[in-house]
Amino acid sequence: MTVETTELSLPSRIDTVATAAAAVAEFVGRSGISDDAAFGIDMAVREAVTNAVLHGNRQDEEKTVDIILKSSPDAVEISVHDQGPGFNPEVVPDPTVQENILKTSGRGIFFMRNFMDEVDWSIRPGGGTTVRMLKRR
Amino acid sequence: MAELNINERQAGDVTVLDMSGKITIGEGSVALRTAIRRLLEEGKKRILLNLAGVGYIDSSGIGELVSSYTAINKEGGQLKLLNLTQKLQDLLTITKLLTVFDVYESEAEALNSFK
Repeated sequence: MTVETTELSLPSRIDTVATAAAAVAEFVGRSGISDDAAFGIDMAVREAVTNAVLHGNRQDEEKTVDIILKSSPDAVEISVHDQGPGFNPEVVPDPTVQENILKTSGRGIFFMRNFMDEVDWSIRPGGGTTVRMLKRR
Repeated sequence: MAELNINERQAGDVTVLDMSGKITIGEGSVALRTAIRRLLEEGKKRILLNLAGVGYIDSSGIGELVSSYTAINKEGGQLKLLNLTQKLQDLLTITKLLTVFDVYESEAEALNSFK
């Protein structure tokens, strides 16, 4: 199997979440990964793109959400880049501790970490945050 | 076709919402929020969500379920869930929300539990 790469650049709108998810589903379908893994990737991508649109770019349509998809014999890797100021994922509260269970938000990063094998964030020198997520085959 | 279809029916004093589609950020979450608010305004506080046809939910949708649950409780009502798909059950398990929601696999049992 060869390495395949696809890049997407989408506007910072809520409907971009569904557009990105559909594009990723098509890419993942071609990559031959299992249905369970594909479900997890779909969940994680929706959460990452939601965060990029809402928290990173704050729905500013002048800013784009840029997505890079890579499929290799070992894994599928997805990077989602926004143009926001960045944040520290270590200070995001655990949504499963008793006092947070009934909160109405704050589960996105938890899902990303739960469904992917690796998730990390980096802040680019030129600005913006990139979340890189990897799912092994 | 709408992202989330909601059909309302009455079973005694319990309002059953048969839902199908996706409860995700945007249209799906808003449709659930709007339906619950309207029921509360109409004084309908005993609500059973039949989620058999909901194949997909994201963190926004789960947040909306929690929001519905707390809004209904605040009004002295009850929200219960019926017919979770395996995927939804798994998501509620890992978020520990299965310990919060009252969940049923049988509609008759769910309706009886409101009495």
